[in-house]
Amino acid sequence: MKNRPSIHDFDWVLLAIVGVISGLGVLEVYSSTHASGMAGMHWKQVMWVGIGLVGMFLISRIDYHMLMDQAPFLYLFGVATLLVVLAIGHSRFGARRWVELGGGVNLQVSELMKLIIIIVLARYFTEVRTDRLALQDLAKIVILTGIPVGLILVQPDLGTAMLLVPVAAVGAFLAGIEWKHAAAGLLLAALLIPVGWDMRHHLKPYQQQRITTFLHPEENPRGAGYQILQSEIAVGSGGFWGKGFGKGSQNQLGFVPVRYSDFILAALAEEQGFIGICVVLLLYLGLILRLVDNAQKAKDRAGMYVVMGVTSILGFHVLVNASMVIGYMPVTGIPLPLMSYGGSATAFVFMSLGLVMNVRMRRFVN
Amino acid sequence: MASWSVDDRKIPQGRLVLFSYVSVFFITLLLVGFWKLQVIQSGHFADLAERNRIRYIPIIAPRGAMLDREGRVLVDSYPSFSILLLRDDPKLLEKSLPQVEEGLGISQEDLQQQLDAAKDEPKFQPVVIKPAASQADIAFVESHRADLPVLELMMVQRRRYPHGEMLANAVGYVGEVSAKQLEQSDGHYRPGDIVGKAGLEREYNEQLEGTDGMRRVVVNSVGRAMRALDDVEAIPGKPIQLTIDYDLQAIADSYMSDREGAVVALDGRTGEVLAIVSRPTFDPNDFAIRIPAAEWQKLNTDRRTPLLNRAIQGQLAPGSIFKIVMATAMLESKALPANFTVNCPGHAEFYGRTFHCWRPQGHGSVDLHKAIVDSCDVFFYTIGQRLGIDRIHYYATALGLGRRTGIDLPSEEPGLMPSEEWVERVFHHKWYAGETISVAIGQGAVTVTPIQLARMTAAVAGGGTLLKPHLLKNLAKVSADHFPISEDTVEQVTQGMYGVINEGGTGSSLKLQNIEFSGKSGTAQLMSYDVGNRMGKKGKENNGWFVGYAPRRNPEIVVAALVQGSAEHGGTTAGPIVRDIVKAYYDKRNSHFQQQATVENVSPPPRVVAPIVATVGAGTP
Repeated sequence: MKNRPSIHDFDWVLLAIVGVISGLGVLEVYSSTHASGMAGMHWKQVMWVGIGLVGMFLISRIDYHMLMDQAPFLYLFGVATLLVVLAIGHSRFGARRWVELGGGVNLQVSELMKLIIIIVLARYFTEVRTDRLALQDLAKIVILTGIPVGLILVQPDLGTAMLLVPVAAVGAFLAGIEWKHAAAGLLLAALLIPVGWDMRHHLKPYQQQRITTFLHPEENPRGAGYQILQSEIAVGSGGFWGKGFGKGSQNQLGFVPVRYSDFILAALAEEQGFIGICVVLLLYLGLILRLVDNAQKAKDRAGMYVVMGVTSILGFHVLVNASMVIGYMPVTGIPLPLMSYGGSATAFVFMSLGLVMNVRMRRFVN
Repeated sequence: MASWSVDDRKIPQGRLVLFSYVSVFFITLLLVGFWKLQVIQSGHFADLAERNRIRYIPIIAPRGAMLDREGRVLVDSYPSFSILLLRDDPKLLEKSLPQVEEGLGISQEDLQQQLDAAKDEPKFQPVVIKPAASQADIAFVESHRADLPVLELMMVQRRRYPHGEMLANAVGYVGEVSAKQLEQSDGHYRPGDIVGKAGLEREYNEQLEGTDGMRRVVVNSVGRAMRALDDVEAIPGKPIQLTIDYDLQAIADSYMSDREGAVVALDGRTGEVLAIVSRPTFDPNDFAIRIPAAEWQKLNTDRRTPLLNRAIQGQLAPGSIFKIVMATAMLESKALPANFTVNCPGHAEFYGRTFHCWRPQGHGSVDLHKAIVDSCDVFFYTIGQRLGIDRIHYYATALGLGRRTGIDLPSEEPGLMPSEEWVERVFHHKWYAGETISVAIGQGAVTVTPIQLARMTAAVAGGGTLLKPHLLKNLAKVSADHFPISEDTVEQVTQGMYGVINEGGTGSSLKLQNIEFSGKSGTAQLMSYDVGNRMGKKGKENNGWFVGYAPRRNPEIVVAALVQGSAEHGGTTAGPIVRDIVKAYYDKRNSHFQQQATVENVSPPPRVVAPIVATVGAGTP
């Protein structure tokens, strides 16, 4: 037993996996953009990764118990910020998600909300102190999660709103949800999908279009269905061995939509083939298993919930993004963590990994 | 440690292990998904990727035509060919460039610059490298189809201005969309798109521009078109009808062809612009295709400012035309009795300085009527001194001087109507009372545009309605400012202007039979300093003005003409232009009535009209 966390307790294996994935991301961003007007974008991504690493080390220094002490305040702060964004945030691509931080830096606040919800729900689950979640505990979780989800939904940002749900779901599962409640919840979700389908006329046009084109991609050859189709063509035409670095016609000629960000996996699939996809997906599996390992070794339940909150969000990101690229899910605008180009998203991933490091470093500390 | 975190229970290892299995399951599922696409269906998708070499060739929508008030074409479009460079095979492109440069006579830098400009566009979109292909260019592309597959022909629509320089400053010109517009358009425009850049082309760009269509052509891996897919038809732009009367415009234009200045003819009842001329001018056809940089440079630096629309942007001293404002101010303000009389010995002294009348021997005893007819300066010096600058400013501004008329053309200038407040704000000193004396005869700091003078005259003769001048016909509503002028004042001032032409005044050589042709001449002796600079002149040449209208009350037509840089009097230089436009207007209207009468077999015709002839009198200038 030690009294202070040490740098030796850092999860170097996890860091190595993260480093390899980020490196592959930077390479693919380079390949996708070097011959276009966006040339040089990969250097910016390197910068984001660098900033992310600094953020990760900083977060790992603050005891996660201290962060969780502030959970009520953090929650109120997060919800208030979401309200402010709705009121004064400025629109990009038709949705209000950004606040100007001055100096041209824009922060997507829903990314911040993801970090906050991890801490808030971890605190809540820790305090439940039972292995059989009562219905009223479950109701509180639904409300606690529902408020930010609703606020992000009206931005509107369906994808990010969806991402908060697995934190609550995985947390409830670990806290000992009763099978009948779990079954009821799944049934409810299954019922809500057709209701949601009926409600689609209330969705924003772009969301309606995304859903319709997901079901009938060939109907609108220039719309969102076109994006899915082009992505599938990129993936499929890559074949087993891939077309080679910088040689994917779908990628290089600009057929693959936002090939440096949301569809980076399609660009990689085209150029590196099924072999490349195996490497990347197994790296992500390794990342998830390593995170679970950290949860298993956590000193207390509080730490475990924090780590598993991070794990569930990152895992969900990978699942949704990869499914979208191969046409198994509609286009939701969820990037692939660590690989897709983007400042706020990359910062979030590294800061959430900082939380994991934080828990790991304190497993022997009293 | 906080009390909330005290919990002795162990980590639920079993559930975490279950989570791991679920993760393995999902990753496996994804791998199966990728396997299906990349291994099982890879042939199918490779084929689709190959077929993805679809080229999107834009079909350019023609811009809407501009018609005159009777439907005669003033501006239209015609089809021509552009040459496209296809960029989807970088190696082939690189290899072909020298041959393309030579065959089409494009310099290497020029071509590279165009390729750089389109860098951000997806590579499957081609670049226009030659907007107006000559017969030789087309032949070159056709004959090198096999060895230069990077070239493609595209049919485009080009702007045509059949009357060339006539109406050029009002119509404006078109050009390639600028980088800034491109950015602001949010994807509406693509590089190389043609948009209205000046004049009506810019003002009504939205109506005029159509929506481009798109032709999708599938090409094989070496870029040969295999077959055409669906076409998205182009939607042509809407034509606009202008208030311009081609006949009057042609008369005004031919008069001004070798002069410098401007002419504006308005319909006094509606504010419609019947003719608008500015000289010197340019040929908008030069802009219809990409204008060579040297040509553009020349137009912009020409000291005679051909791109300046003098009718709405030329700000000059109004000279004696301003006396219409002075007369109105004197009567309306009631600061002086209507029968106020001044003795003009040919000069007068104000504030210790001698001011001369244009007629050295003087006009003798002068009342308001005589002062307008003979344009007596001493009379107006005197009432100017009595009224004071702020009262003059009030009436001049109310009659539309010193502010934009709101005509539907971009970049109208306001002119300047000085006041005490203006001098203090801009020059930080008190108004010099002596300056009022100069302003009273339209000299000094006061500057106006020709269209302001036409509108002001129409307003005075019409009882105080200032209609917004406009070039677009069939406006639902014409906005207007109202500054009611009393009946007595309108009668006196218009009688004066009638006398200018019909009672041996400064415009007595302009008499028209059977038409109540009225007006006022003006001769501004020197241009204001800044205008002088802009026009590139510093000599003491005259600017001759004439504003004429008919009939005397509630005019149907009002014409303001400006002839710059002539040594002669405004009645001599600008007067005949105004007279001939007014005469042509009546000739046309009357023959129209007669025609109608014949067709409808109505007898007798509504009005017996004698042929109108201009009587060329030998009166005073």
